[in-house]
Amino acid sequence: MSSPRSPRIWQLKDIRYRLLGVECNKCNKRFLGKRLVCPSCGSRDLKIVELSRTGKIYSYTVVHTPPRGRENYGPYIIAIIELDDGARATGEVVDVDPSEVEIGMKVEMVFRRIGEEDRAGIIYYGYKFRPIL
Amino acid sequence: MRNVAIIGVGITKFGELWDKQLRDLFIDASLEAIKDAKVDLKDIQAIYIGNMSAGEWVEQEHIGPLMADYLGVRGIPSYRVESACASSGIAFKLAYEAVATGLYDLVLVGGVEKMTDVSTEESTHHLASAADREYEAFFGVTFPSLYALMARRHMYEYGTTREQLALVAVKNHRNGSLNPKAHFRNVINIDTVLNSPIVADPLRLFDCSPISDGASAIVIASEDIARKYSDTPIYIIGSGFATDTIALHDRSDITFLWATAEAAKKAYKMADIEPNDIDVAEVHDCFTIAEIMAYEALGFAERGEGGKLIEEGVTELDGKIPVNPSGGLKAKGHPVGATGTAQIVELTLQLRGEAGKRQVQGAEIGLAHNMGGSGSSAVVHILSRVRR
Amino acid sequence: MSDLRNDPLIGISGYGVYMPVYRIKIEDIAKAWGDDPDTIKNGLLVYEITVKGRDEDQITVAVEAARNALKRAPEVDPKGIGAVYIGSESKPYAVKPSSTVVAAALGLELGVRGADYEFACKGGSEGIISIIAQVKAGMIKYGLAIGADCSQSWPGDVLEYTASSGGAAFIIGVKNNDSVAYFEGTYSVMSDTADFWRRDGVEFPRHTGRFTGKPAYFDHIIKAAEGLMNELNLKPSDFNYIVPHQPNGKFPIRVAKMLGFKIEQVEPGLVTPWTGNFYSGSALTGLCKALDNAEPGERILVVTFGSGAGADAFSIVVQDAIKRKRDLAPKVEDLINKRKVYVDYGVYARLWNKIKV
Repeated sequence: MSSPRSPRIWQLKDIRYRLLGVECNKCNKRFLGKRLVCPSCGSRDLKIVELSRTGKIYSYTVVHTPPRGRENYGPYIIAIIELDDGARATGEVVDVDPSEVEIGMKVEMVFRRIGEEDRAGIIYYGYKFRPIL
Repeated sequence: MRNVAIIGVGITKFGELWDKQLRDLFIDASLEAIKDAKVDLKDIQAIYIGNMSAGEWVEQEHIGPLMADYLGVRGIPSYRVESACASSGIAFKLAYEAVATGLYDLVLVGGVEKMTDVSTEESTHHLASAADREYEAFFGVTFPSLYALMARRHMYEYGTTREQLALVAVKNHRNGSLNPKAHFRNVINIDTVLNSPIVADPLRLFDCSPISDGASAIVIASEDIARKYSDTPIYIIGSGFATDTIALHDRSDITFLWATAEAAKKAYKMADIEPNDIDVAEVHDCFTIAEIMAYEALGFAERGEGGKLIEEGVTELDGKIPVNPSGGLKAKGHPVGATGTAQIVELTLQLRGEAGKRQVQGAEIGLAHNMGGSGSSAVVHILSRVRR
Repeated sequence: MSDLRNDPLIGISGYGVYMPVYRIKIEDIAKAWGDDPDTIKNGLLVYEITVKGRDEDQITVAVEAARNALKRAPEVDPKGIGAVYIGSESKPYAVKPSSTVVAAALGLELGVRGADYEFACKGGSEGIISIIAQVKAGMIKYGLAIGADCSQSWPGDVLEYTASSGGAAFIIGVKNNDSVAYFEGTYSVMSDTADFWRRDGVEFPRHTGRFTGKPAYFDHIIKAAEGLMNELNLKPSDFNYIVPHQPNGKFPIRVAKMLGFKIEQVEPGLVTPWTGNFYSGSALTGLCKALDNAEPGERILVVTFGSGAGADAFSIVVQDAIKRKRDLAPKVEDLINKRKVYVDYGVYARLWNKIKV
């Protein structure tokens, strides 16, 4: 049995389930995830926000050589998404043939399985992106 | 700060070394460096070891004392330094600073990684810990995929071509064929690259440095001691280290290696030289796009012009600024923790005029550029045959 | 059994559906097993079914359906949602609630109660009844009920031709001007009839062929529907639509006829021929399709069925708000037609882990 990852998954579940980030009350910039200090202006006056669930592809790739845990998953698209509010997130782009993907393509957040500990372990969920229907 | 020089270098063969363990590799390289420096083991006052993830690859942490023990010098300080693929470049910087400030007079610095005992998927997973585990790797990001994202955007913004990327691999394999320590010694052409399997589109297998085993080691000393032991001390005249965001998506421009540019700026300033003055460079070509982006960040090419630089042959062995005469990470191999000091080993041989068939004629000043992760840490060193 | 035509009336504030983009054609399944596709298509009245993606399960389907329901209830503050119930028979965890994941994904974890209901294909409607009761009792302001499944079937079983993935979600609260519809009443029946089951630790369900028809599906649906109509003093012609559970395309049409409904009343809520059977989400998705096209004042009879066996019937009256709300989220026909990716049986089997690796 592999060691349980549940605590680490639990710590970030809200961010991954709801695409949360921080907004700086001083410079108004937004960043993915939890931070205590604004990486742009150094302010410590940040608030947690739901980031935009729509955005466009800034860059993308199709991964053919997977890491451990994705051996039988098949090729998948990884992209950096520029969200409508200016924050950026990295994630998988799903429900689309790689040949249709291009920089600038409009996408929306979708809730999906990201992986699992193992067959008997916990399942990881979080954000991915898909072309807007 | 006093002058510091390199007086001995050692490097193992890079590659799939089935009969060597982590400790064997480091001790082999260290003994070679000590022999080259003509010093005794007891002269070594401290050890600095760059290593990314022995704990993951061979389930061994605490390698500082381990290596001191196996080198027969237990008792002295032995530091392990981690900054992903820049581990030994940064170990070298720390060792240099310790000698320059007078903390020690003579130290051994090197790097080691043993990566091939596990599956490729396993290594891919471990390497991804140099990215942001929680916000990148967790979602399926691999190292090739991060550089593929940079490549795609670089191609989109600057018109960098697939062929230009391939030319980097072709050049580095040609150089590597002349290096007996290289992981790959086969000469390839553009078609070899373009027809190789896709790893992370647009990057193909031959755009990627291999997963290798290996170690490299260097003896450095303060100038007065160096001159006692060596007729050809190689001086460390510039040293710069900078950091960038851990996650690629947090950078406003992923087509530029900002930390590399910052580290280079510091190193050039300290050495009081300009990019034009570099005679030979070893740069961190973990992927072909990384070498093209390094040209731009190190000031060898304007922004967006890196692709043209390789096309024009400027960085070939007989070009104006030969880059990666060793074969680079691409052909020489990339045992991640060993890479930074392996670059310094190559430059030392080049500046001493001992690089054999791959010798860059008349090289006096060399630059080493070593990166960790997607460029989140970058360290640049400038070496000189002549004292400054 | 429960006449709901007394204050406070209970309404539907928002509804939403989700189904994966992947599809497999009956021809491709038939080819794998040597069946004649026309016989299957004519016999079951189903042409293609949805297939879950490699990263989808009952939880992800439920979350997406619930998000679409919330889009149609912009006036509802998610923090006002006091209960989340998910009906399903394909939970990814045997032990650990799916409802907690869904609640967290929607940002409503604190001060909310929830559970996973299992009653074969009728767990979703059990959730609706629980929410109705809690809202009516004033225990909660709003509740979220979801029926979602990534329906399971043995390789080679006739169920493979219909078992598919998808689900529907409803935000339910006291009827107001923002309600798209309200409940007039509900009537349930159940009996111990083992027509379909899945034992603990077994991967796929077993069923009893023709025994799933008359004594199970038909008897229970008819009893529930007739019970409700008696209770409310309504007859088939008082309803504009009837939406029964849809294990295939044939059964809902046949049961509607047996109850005295016309084909025109059953067709608008029919989804299975183009989607397959979402199990707990089947009739509820049919209800959403009817709502997508219904006019204010129209009356819908929904009858879910769960093997084992039981049925829940509901009488629902459409309200004015449907006109401004139905375009706030993807409609069922959009989800069926707008983006489709066909897979062959090999890919289908891989997505379902039916190939042992």
